[in-house]
Amino acid sequence: MNMVLEAPHLPLIGKRLRQEASRDDRIKLGFMAVIGFYLIIALGAPLFVMLSKSFSTYRFDLAAFEFQVSDETGANWGPVVSAEALNRELGAVADGELSTNSDGRLAATKFFPEFSFRSPVHYRIRGTTNEAAFLAGSTLEKGTEWRDYDSSEFRRVVLRPERSLGVANFVTYFSTPALAQSIRNSVLMAAISTVFTVAIAFALAFGLTRSCMPLKGLFRGILTIPILVPSLLPGIALVYLFGTQGVFKDWLLGYSIYGPIGIVIGSIFFTLPHAFLIILTALSVADARHYEAAASLKASKWRTFKTVTVPGARFGLVSAAFVVFTLVITDFGLPKVIGGQYGMLAVDIYKQVIGQQNFEMGAVVSVILLVPAILAFAVDRRMQKRQVALLSARAVPYAPKPNARTDALCFSFACLVSLFILGMIAMCQIAAVVKFWPYDLSLTTKNFAFDLMDGGGWAAYGNSIRLAMLTALFGSIIVFAGAYMVEKADGFRVGRGIFHFLAMMPMAVPGMVLGLAYIFFFNNPANPLNAIYGTMTILVVSTVTHFYTVAHLTALTALKQMDPEFESVAASLKQPFHRLFFRVTVPVCLPAILNIAIYLFVNAMTTVSAVVFLYSTDTKLASVAVLNMDDAGDIAPAAAMGIMIFYTNVAAKLIHALIARGLLKRTQAWR
Amino acid sequence: MRHAMSIEPTPTGSLAADQPMAATAPYLEITGLWKSYADFVALRDISLSIDKGEFICFLGPSGCGKTTLLRAIAGLDLQSHGKIEQAGRNISTLPASRRDYGIVFQSYALFPNLTIEQNIAFGLENAGRSKTEIAARVAELLDTVGLAAQSKKYPAQLSGGQQQRIALARAIAISPGLLLLDEPLSALDAKVRVHLRHEIKALQRKLGVTTIMVTHDQEEALAMADRIVVMNHGVIEQVGSPTEIYRHPATLFVADFIGETNQFPARVLADGEIGIGHSAFRCATEDFSAGQAATAVVRPVDIIPHGADAHAVNAVDRPATLQNLIDAEVREMEFLGMFWRTRLTAPRLGDRTLVADFSVNAVRRLSIQTGGVIQVEIPRERLLLFPRSA
Ligand SMILES: Nc1ncnc2c1ncn2[C@@H]1O[C@H](COP(=O)(O)OP(=O)(O)O)[C@@H](O)[C@H]1O
Ligand SMILES: [Mg+2]
Repeated sequence: MNMVLEAPHLPLIGKRLRQEASRDDRIKLGFMAVIGFYLIIALGAPLFVMLSKSFSTYRFDLAAFEFQVSDETGANWGPVVSAEALNRELGAVADGELSTNSDGRLAATKFFPEFSFRSPVHYRIRGTTNEAAFLAGSTLEKGTEWRDYDSSEFRRVVLRPERSLGVANFVTYFSTPALAQSIRNSVLMAAISTVFTVAIAFALAFGLTRSCMPLKGLFRGILTIPILVPSLLPGIALVYLFGTQGVFKDWLLGYSIYGPIGIVIGSIFFTLPHAFLIILTALSVADARHYEAAASLKASKWRTFKTVTVPGARFGLVSAAFVVFTLVITDFGLPKVIGGQYGMLAVDIYKQVIGQQNFEMGAVVSVILLVPAILAFAVDRRMQKRQVALLSARAVPYAPKPNARTDALCFSFACLVSLFILGMIAMCQIAAVVKFWPYDLSLTTKNFAFDLMDGGGWAAYGNSIRLAMLTALFGSIIVFAGAYMVEKADGFRVGRGIFHFLAMMPMAVPGMVLGLAYIFFFNNPANPLNAIYGTMTILVVSTVTHFYTVAHLTALTALKQMDPEFESVAASLKQPFHRLFFRVTVPVCLPAILNIAIYLFVNAMTTVSAVVFLYSTDTKLASVAVLNMDDAGDIAPAAAMGIMIFYTNVAAKLIHALIARGLLKRTQAWR
Repeated sequence: MRHAMSIEPTPTGSLAADQPMAATAPYLEITGLWKSYADFVALRDISLSIDKGEFICFLGPSGCGKTTLLRAIAGLDLQSHGKIEQAGRNISTLPASRRDYGIVFQSYALFPNLTIEQNIAFGLENAGRSKTEIAARVAELLDTVGLAAQSKKYPAQLSGGQQQRIALARAIAISPGLLLLDEPLSALDAKVRVHLRHEIKALQRKLGVTTIMVTHDQEEALAMADRIVVMNHGVIEQVGSPTEIYRHPATLFVADFIGETNQFPARVLADGEIGIGHSAFRCATEDFSAGQAATAVVRPVDIIPHGADAHAVNAVDRPATLQNLIDAEVREMEFLGMFWRTRLTAPRLGDRTLVADFSVNAVRRLSIQTGGVIQVEIPRERLLLFPRSA
């Protein structure tokens, strides 16, 4: 009778029950471990190594080495002297030269001015600590044991630097004005481009959702074109249009396109589609009821715009701003081509690593570049969450009414922007097929004779297609399977959390940083995975990882739309999860999987940043060829290769649309 | 049946001889079951026995833990503590795939890209059956749920009620020993719901499958269940047949949740006598001692009208109290189709409102109308008493 009042207390004895693992659970766990392991290898570990590199300094510790020299008989040894004492005496190595990098080597003979490799004198060397290391030829020696060498051997003894942890690299960085200036430059360029791009994108999205202008579908198509080309291409187009020999050079009133102006214009070009799509989505979900309310209150057009349109899209605007900012600050291709002497962070990484072989400094710049990227990413994730909340509210879709003036204005603006985009592409197309823009406009195919230039030739183009296909294939599989584990595997809560975090991270990691991290991690003979360095495999792995997050979110969205009880039903029917996965989950999510595949394909064709550090002579890529040919002054062939990438992506998009339609007809009859 | 074969390889007769209890042992036995989330206890110390072939309803307000209990039985959300035995087998920690049940969810969870046929066949494949066997079984099931004509369609092309029946067919396809239904009818409109109630019940009787259905709809539970398990705040309030639950609710919560009630604060005056307001009423008081505070409950339908009495106005101190007769003024009348719902105020109840349902006949016969004064009886055996902390 009094059951409620005398509620029993939770039994204290006996542990919480644990479910026996089914075969499915074990398979899922194993599977998750594999993909989690992949993400750790492909992302976590390399980034960690890079981080530790940025805090590593290398210095020759002369006090750590001691020598002894024999007389001419080689039997009687002189006194023990440390390298430090010898150097104090001789001044053989200046203090500044003692700081070096991980590959630094110091010849032992430097401390013996009278050294001659023909002399019968013998030398002995030992460390005073267990860590002191030196090389005799290519053999690594370590420790406090004496080792004897005759003069011809001693010639090849070199000291190795000692590694220590500290912020010295960062101190060096910030005290080098040319380098530190890049931070300001990068932030400034990103900020200015963001303002312009978001404003233009908003105006376009507004026109497409709030006016009755004609040809909306066409404009949508044109506005997404920049996604299909490498960010190098607008740079090349700008060189042709406004460069030293550019036809519109005068428009710049004497200012040079090489530098901030070029970077901003080019950045607007390649970030516009991203901002446009985000804001378009935000504006599309507007609630017609708000407009009706505004109209019934006799609010003016401007007031409606200010109080209804803008606030409704504010999350979209903020999100777009962060995306554009991140894209610009992390982009490497465009400032490389058009930036001139204007230092930008992403280019600095390239210069430090490829130009000066200063890997530690490259790592330092990478860490600095990570900061704004991670910040922007974190804020953006927050915004997105709130945007979703906004979306789920039931809204009545807004249908614009014709208004001659607004429509005409929106239409003209869309035409103008389309002209800008098509003009840039057309410029490259023209430059690719004429002899010498703008002086000799006769047609030629010589610019497509890639095999005659540096950069990798047609083989590079073939490699790019191979990379894009492999990335699309393996990427879709890994990403979808991973997202499935995150969304549908019950239990393993901690594992799934870590996994999801790893999957979100690539978004915040700039390509240059990822590429450099890969060098550190994979180009290390001690790493058993060293074998993939310089192969197509590492290019595929880096590209899949680089573009993981967006693909992961796409897969997750599709999976979230499926009834969470499918798994329960399958278990109750004693069907293994993989049967459900292949018979139901994959077919239902097929459109999303195809979208992931084409996304990865297009990005693999156009990406430069991560792969520029990782390609080898056998795996040169088309996008890198554009960069290298441009670098070598072969701008027309660079434009030609860029155009090839563009057409390939257009073709891929068309094929994707065809396949999608065909498959949908066959497998999605139920929709 | 597959289930019987796989679990009991020896003839039932010899098993019964070895274990004389086996014949009467419950089919499903839950003992001391707890389920707690981080800082919230969803189920406390649930114990329950279910016999083979029974139709059980878990009934209770939303959030009381019905689904949680069902999912624990299914192995979909493991309980924190406690034991579950099914057909003599301890299944407490078995994964869902190694238990023996079919389940229908509120959303039906039909596979959208498979046809009706393929949906039903999903659980039959992969178990060593031939294609023709499967086809025959699917045809039989489609016949059973009366949807043979729809076999090639996709779920999205069917109505809610049809989808529900497909989900049911899919669940019983593998001849499970236990059928679990989580609010299977709540997504349907009222008419379909009543119709499907009968179908499900008939099917369950035909198959003889032990069934547990979760619902928050008391009418549904009363109409379908052999026994109802009334739950509240993670505990079982009462287990009993529909009439037991309705006639002899074990707690005030049950009385209030099942059917409607008038509740009055009361005090036990003597054995068989309670006081409400300033008046005494006859009432069974077995579990109470004189002077104890209580809540008296009477259902609107149990109040008997006796019409206007000429002496009613000055009849306050008549010995008729002992027949639980009171005078009441009709304040409001509402016609609800089958009966009249009236709101009465009675001086002897301390002017509290008494809700009473009168048949259309009675209202006509006794000319009950708003503003009139009538005499009503609160039958002694219908007056329920529950403890109340003073
Ligand atoms: N994963 C969870 N974490 C915390 N609380 C939960 C979780 N799942 C259910 N609950 C809580 O347990 C209680 C019982 O839920 P449920 O069994 O679904 O109720 P119902 O009786 O409506 O089916 C609810 O109060 C619910 O909020
Ligand atoms: Mg429920």
